[in-house]
Amino acid sequence: MTPGVTTNELLAVMGARELRDGQTVFTGVGAPMLATALAQRRHAPRLTMVVEGGIVGPEWRPGWLPISTNEIRAAYHAQMLPAITDIFLMAQRGFLDVGFIGGAQIDRFGNLNTSAIGGYERPKVRLPGSGGANDIISLCTEVIVLTAHEPRRFVDRVDFITSPGHLAGGDSRRRSGLLFGGVSRIVTTLAIFGFEPGSRRMTLRAVHRGTTVEQIRDLTPIDVLVPEHVAVTPAPADDELAVLRALDPERQFLG
Amino acid sequence: MTITPREYDFLGARRRLEQKPKPAGDKLATLQDAAARVADGAHIAIGGCLFSRTPLALVWAVLRRRPRGLALSRNLMCYEGEWGLVAGAVDKLVTSWMGIGLPWGLSRIMRDYVESGRVAFEEWSHLGLGLRFRAAAMGLPFLPTLTMLGSDLMGVGGSKTITCPYTGETLHAVPALFPDVALIHVHRADRLGNCQIDGYPHMDADIAMAASTVLVSAEEIVPEDDIRRHPDRTVIPGFAVDALVHVPHGCYPHECYGLYDSDPRHFGEYVDAIREGGADGVARYLDRYVYGPAAYGEYLELFGANALSAARQRAQELCR
Repeated sequence: MTPGVTTNELLAVMGARELRDGQTVFTGVGAPMLATALAQRRHAPRLTMVVEGGIVGPEWRPGWLPISTNEIRAAYHAQMLPAITDIFLMAQRGFLDVGFIGGAQIDRFGNLNTSAIGGYERPKVRLPGSGGANDIISLCTEVIVLTAHEPRRFVDRVDFITSPGHLAGGDSRRRSGLLFGGVSRIVTTLAIFGFEPGSRRMTLRAVHRGTTVEQIRDLTPIDVLVPEHVAVTPAPADDELAVLRALDPERQFLG
Repeated sequence: MTITPREYDFLGARRRLEQKPKPAGDKLATLQDAAARVADGAHIAIGGCLFSRTPLALVWAVLRRRPRGLALSRNLMCYEGEWGLVAGAVDKLVTSWMGIGLPWGLSRIMRDYVESGRVAFEEWSHLGLGLRFRAAAMGLPFLPTLTMLGSDLMGVGGSKTITCPYTGETLHAVPALFPDVALIHVHRADRLGNCQIDGYPHMDADIAMAASTVLVSAEEIVPEDDIRRHPDRTVIPGFAVDALVHVPHGCYPHECYGLYDSDPRHFGEYVDAIREGGADGVARYLDRYVYGPAAYGEYLELFGANALSAARQRAQELCR
């Protein structure tokens, strides 16, 4: 990892760079919120944030970032406060260009598990559940996963598909009835992954400065395609970090 | 498969409404009288979302009657679900997510109960559960949607798919959820039960239209003319409401948009007690905060006037 930069700073910077001006972004708390707010303040001033709690177009107040997607900090200076069901229906209609989610377990087709480790009925570890993650990955046009790069998170097949990525690869997502969308990027603290167009297998796209392809192979214990040419992402710039640090001066979320 | 036919029986739910008197009369009641309308075994839908506008005063009053065999449904379930489990009141939880929030980690109580098979935990996506209430609010047995398709969540409750009669595409037919009782907290209502909510509406209007019995607590009871001056703000009609209780700070220490912020420090203390004592930590909390106080006012006094006024100040600053 980049020295002097925390996990959430790195994820926020790399996540923000995936966003373009003029997009509508379904965002959550933690790294996604930092990434979206950074993009909006830096290179995407015409981006609109949408939050699960029924919040459209907030302008979060520095030092008062939301703890939850359903609270007054998340709604600060919002343009619209629709019912929760209606905000997800905006995504089903096709209004949400990008969604951000995280996941406890990720597999090589970008399926995510936030429900249970071990059997579902009597799990070894019961996790909190989908929340809006399944809806975001099912209904947004593009989905970016932000996660710390921990080997235990990567498995060949998730124990339970809470949020469907490309399911079993190929056209299996489409055959299940999900006719659009899907995971396009997995942004970790070490690298950025995409998915091969036909097979939908996880493919290494770029490593962050200071990380080698060999390290990615060692720390990603699943079958990942590695192309001949792998880009290196530029390290977080001072101005990117400055925006983040101004948003969260007490480092409540930056760590 | 854990959904039950009663949950999506739209004809039965309609008949229950047809048979219910719907007078435009006084709905005012005490917390005790409102809670007495909840029978053992009832399916209760809880309004608000996570720690926002949770009808805690109503939950408090219901649990004090030591009910048994309840099912609780809520889109994002906060610690009221843990209270129900440790109180021995709840057999089934229906939700999309359970915990307090990122800073407080996984719900250890939920983990213990689910991992040991002591509670049925029925998981939906957030929209999936929202559409279950919406279908019921519309008087229908299901609604078509794309969400949850392809995921293992489809098998949890027993979701079915249908083929679209026009396009031939596969759609998820989300089953309706008609709860027996809805618990809802609002900003203001007149004595007839016409309710207005400030800020985010969450799923409350759908839940109120879906349930057979609707119990509401309100921060303020206002004259009927106040409601008539702004009828566009009314989200639940009086004829849907069975009992209305005047409860200032009826969500505290959860937040009520524009009026008071949540008290994250209190959540920290609550979670610390669980880290130390597990379910016993919750049992002691219930003794002190739920069963102990003689009235809801005494429950509020346990938080101290300073915490309440600081929460009001934060809300004023953040809801402009």
